[in-house]
Amino acid sequence: MIFTSLLETAWHALTTHRMRSFLTMLGMVIGVAAVILMLAIGQGAQAMVRSSIESMGSNLFIIMSGAVSSGGARVATGDAPSLTFDDADAIRDLPDILASAPVSPGGAQLIYGGVNWNTSVYGTTPDYAVVRNWSMASGSFFSDADVRRGARVAVIGGVVARELFGDEDPVGKIIRIKQAPFEVIGVLASKGQSLDGRDQDDTVLVPISSAQQKIFSNTLRNRARFIMVQAVSEKRMDAAEASINELLRSRHRIGLGQDDDFTVRNLTALAETAASTTRIMSLLLGAIAAISLVVGGIGIMNIMLVSVTERTREIGIRMAIGARRRDVLWQFLIEALTLSLFGCGIGLLFGIGGAWLVERLAGLPVAVTPASVLMAVGVSFLIGVFFGFYPARRAAGLDPIDALRSQ
Amino acid sequence: MTTPGAPLIEVENLEKDYPTGAGVFQALHGVSLRIAEGEFVAIMGASGSGKSTFMNLLGCLDRPTRGSYHLDGQDVGRLSSDQLAALRNREIGFVFQGFNLLPKLTALDNVALPLMYAGMGREARRRQAQAMLERVGLGERSHHTPLQLSGGQQQRVAIARALATRPRIIFADEPTGNLDSETSRQVMDLFSQFNREEGITLVLVTHEADIAAYARRCIRFQDGRVIEDVAQAEVAA
Repeated sequence: MIFTSLLETAWHALTTHRMRSFLTMLGMVIGVAAVILMLAIGQGAQAMVRSSIESMGSNLFIIMSGAVSSGGARVATGDAPSLTFDDADAIRDLPDILASAPVSPGGAQLIYGGVNWNTSVYGTTPDYAVVRNWSMASGSFFSDADVRRGARVAVIGGVVARELFGDEDPVGKIIRIKQAPFEVIGVLASKGQSLDGRDQDDTVLVPISSAQQKIFSNTLRNRARFIMVQAVSEKRMDAAEASINELLRSRHRIGLGQDDDFTVRNLTALAETAASTTRIMSLLLGAIAAISLVVGGIGIMNIMLVSVTERTREIGIRMAIGARRRDVLWQFLIEALTLSLFGCGIGLLFGIGGAWLVERLAGLPVAVTPASVLMAVGVSFLIGVFFGFYPARRAAGLDPIDALRSQ
Repeated sequence: MTTPGAPLIEVENLEKDYPTGAGVFQALHGVSLRIAEGEFVAIMGASGSGKSTFMNLLGCLDRPTRGSYHLDGQDVGRLSSDQLAALRNREIGFVFQGFNLLPKLTALDNVALPLMYAGMGREARRRQAQAMLERVGLGERSHHTPLQLSGGQQQRVAIARALATRPRIIFADEPTGNLDSETSRQVMDLFSQFNREEGITLVLVTHEADIAAYARRCIRFQDGRVIEDVAQAEVAA
């Protein structure tokens, strides 16, 4: 028997009972739409986390002034940073460390011409660009020499550039940061959102010395709120953390049994925790949706069994006029497959449409990947075969004489 | 057509058992007979006489418990169920008392169905089915479904379907059982015509003497045995 004849027969049988076919497909439609939508939301979240991690830089530590006491309560935050520029330099000289940048953060108002813009200002060193893996869209980063002599130069993020300068080229222009004039020498390449949801492009970087003198009017010179450190490789992270702890305890003269006055955090490990959390979340979402797909498959089997019983006489007639057992088997299998794959097709449309709506209306990042579409089609095919096979085998196993006699 | 051709059907000591709750019921007790190509045979008998069992065996819908059945030289008892299906498709046409058309298909698609199982393409089988419907006088009704046709017309569609693959034998089981005498006559005339003009072998099961009278040979069953096998004069069409 020819394959197109099988399709024709299946199509005829399904269109004869339109309402029933539609309701049977509905289970698959909802299942596939749910799987596609849930995977899209899960993968969207994962993609966002992944790009945030990439933009953060790799193999990172952040060393903060202040400590978590042995009782768990945070002490000595804020007012008197315990970390110094010399600490940062000493850390850089450790064997497993690639770069180390002291950071003095704050907020300030920027003015260029008649435009002003409030943003976060980071006083730091050129190592910061290395640690954060931050490249330049135009111009250049400031140098160690700029840091040493407290040069009034600034590197601005993409958002600041757009807000202050519009289409103008910012490089070489003078902006005022808290009234102090700074020359813009570079624009940072765009990074987008960070893990905690802040726009990383809404920032200004200046030499840490200039920041403390001209912007923050800091009384505690040469002290940094935190130090960002990059280790040479992921494998050396633990060794690096241990050596940083040892170094700082000896530099800060902390005796045995005394609490640290600093906190070392492995940012990469934190980020990976965030990534695995979203991965587990998207897996859970997908698993719940997959259950509805299986329920849809059971619906198909149910209707196919009813259909085989109802059409016993038809099967008998077909066998009498020359249908072989495998012709009957294929007829019912193709019917089940048509139901599942048609349901899958409609479900894909609803799932992709739903993902688009979620992105537009709820503002969640979504990602419908070819892999998830292929998976939905593949699973639907398997469901059609799996849940269609038993009823089809039952039909094919009928005795022609008994089948002809049934009413 | 006075001299019969080679034996198309040859059964030897055919026996058929059915398992029942009370043990084994033997429906046929050693039936032996030959039917030559081109014959028109009526099989008569009361219900329970074994004639339907015999028909199912001849029609390759079932296999004998003991004894042999050769159809055109092939030992049917040795064939697989797929080979039996192919044999039914190519060599055998069935006409049933209840017509047994598929109610959702048009007359044309019903007639084309055996051609589909023969592996013929859609256009070719529709052409051949249409030609067959014209032969039974229903060329104009090819797009009607069985429910839109009278009983006599439905039976003619069933005859067209039985003849679609150009088989050598037609088995008709009480083909006029659901028809009035006028349409019965038309259907029987159609059978006679195909038998006479195309040399198709016809085996007809009936319990009505006037229908059996169309045949030129009458085999009578009782309690699973052949009790009479006589030649008879053809009824003038």
